[in-house]
Amino acid sequence: MSHQHQEKVSYWALLKNGVIKENTIFRLVISLCPAIAVTNSVRNGFLLGSAVLFVQAMVNSTVALLRNFIHPRIRIPIFMLIISGWVTVVDMLMAAYARAAYKEIGLYIQIIVAFASILARAEVFASKNKVGASFFDGLGSGLGFLVALVIISFFRELLGKGTLVGVTIVPVKPMLIMILPAGGFLVTGLLMGFFNWIDMRFYGGKGAGGAGGH
Amino acid sequence: MAVAKKEQELLVTVSPHIRSDETVSRIMWTVSLSLLPAFVLGVYFFGPKAVYVTALCIIGSLFSEWLVQKMTGKEVTLSDGSAFLTGLLLGMNMPASAPFYIPLVSSFVAVAITKQLFGGIGYNIFNPALVGRAFALITWPRAMTSWIEPTAAFVGLDAKTTATPLGLLKEGGMQKLLEVFGDKTSLYMDLLLGHRAGSLGETSVIALLIGGAFLLYKRYITWHIPFSFLTTVAVLAWVFGGKGGLFTGDPLLHLLSGGLMLGAIFMATDYVTCPSTRTGQVVFGIGCGLLTILIRLKAGYPEGVMFAILLMNCFAPMIDRNLKSKVFGLKKEAQK
Repeated sequence: MSHQHQEKVSYWALLKNGVIKENTIFRLVISLCPAIAVTNSVRNGFLLGSAVLFVQAMVNSTVALLRNFIHPRIRIPIFMLIISGWVTVVDMLMAAYARAAYKEIGLYIQIIVAFASILARAEVFASKNKVGASFFDGLGSGLGFLVALVIISFFRELLGKGTLVGVTIVPVKPMLIMILPAGGFLVTGLLMGFFNWIDMRFYGGKGAGGAGGH
Repeated sequence: MAVAKKEQELLVTVSPHIRSDETVSRIMWTVSLSLLPAFVLGVYFFGPKAVYVTALCIIGSLFSEWLVQKMTGKEVTLSDGSAFLTGLLLGMNMPASAPFYIPLVSSFVAVAITKQLFGGIGYNIFNPALVGRAFALITWPRAMTSWIEPTAAFVGLDAKTTATPLGLLKEGGMQKLLEVFGDKTSLYMDLLLGHRAGSLGETSVIALLIGGAFLLYKRYITWHIPFSFLTTVAVLAWVFGGKGGLFTGDPLLHLLSGGLMLGAIFMATDYVTCPSTRTGQVVFGIGCGLLTILIRLKAGYPEGVMFAILLMNCFAPMIDRNLKSKVFGLKKEAQK
């Protein structure tokens, strides 16, 4: 993966890269833990995805701002400090203004600190690029995560509860397993297979791991 | 001339040198045939609904196999009987009262996801029929555990629901069980013949034993897995199964009830998902027995055969790796 020639890359291309070519969940296959833990309803998936989107964009911008002052030898601890700073901001904002949602997924908000995807973007991209590009890379990566979570939770909520964002869609008996962890693995795996198939069939790709590398 | 003669004298070919008439499809259809007695008794006790549920399972399995093989551009191999057997086994693991969508969805999970997505016949990690049933049990727990009371054939259109012997044992102990079945002798007789609530093909122990004996005689299965499985269950049930302390349990009750016979004879012995060495198979059987008793006596579910076999399926490759058969003609160090 080389982003050394990023000067020529447009912001739009960076966004697209984060959402499609290097999608955190379906292409890089990292940060799967939250993707399975919180996606039993579209609302939770969307909330966590938005939180990650915000943290990712802010972390990338901050790291890019400070990239000339961070000594390469201690860059990882510095990145972690920056990430935990921004996660604390989101955590406190949510605790103050979205109590109900915070009670449900508050734990996972704090765990964003440990998401591989965020550290990965800071290390791979933001520490070597300008602020604008890094911001859009973070935006794209976060957006890709958000989209993946919404897609997974869409199928899990529809099949497991028969509802979408709380509104009943399918009045028949739902498949309970889909909102249990086992269903999360099933849905994520099948979707990954589906996107691999699309990639191989229409774009001549090699499947997950072939596009990005981790 | 001379060269040609020499070649004839020293004809070297690669193995296999001995070929038999056995084919995959022949084995599959024979195993299906050996399930027939248990199925017939299931129909006798649970009525036409048993045929309906099993037929849906078989249709679902065949359709899923056809669909995935068509979609992936593979050769369609419906006639090898493996999808039919999976459907039949799945059907025999269902309560006869299951609503129509349960057999259809779980047979799709069994064949399309558990078998075909892992590479088709011979490549699956888990027993397809059991995964299908586990999926159904977790997804529709109420429907999958409402058992109809067995009636002597074709009268029970609106049959009563009741608990399985193991369910009764879990809730009310031996006392409750004897209240329902009368005395111990009639309890054992009912369990042996299959006159009890349960999945439609698991109840009749005697019919399953006949099928198992046929498979043993045809040498399609060996005694290793069923024997070690059943012995472990019996011994552990005897030691730990009683309320009055150690060595007071009832091994016969545990052997005759639940899906143990169906599991030990037809499910655990699946060629693909069990270890391939004889020692490994004994270890596999003991593991299955251990987990079954653990779940039956200590866990929330009344029956544990299904989860026990699925868990041991995970261990089959590990067992195989650690209990390799000896390689002849190599020095000791070279074998490692």
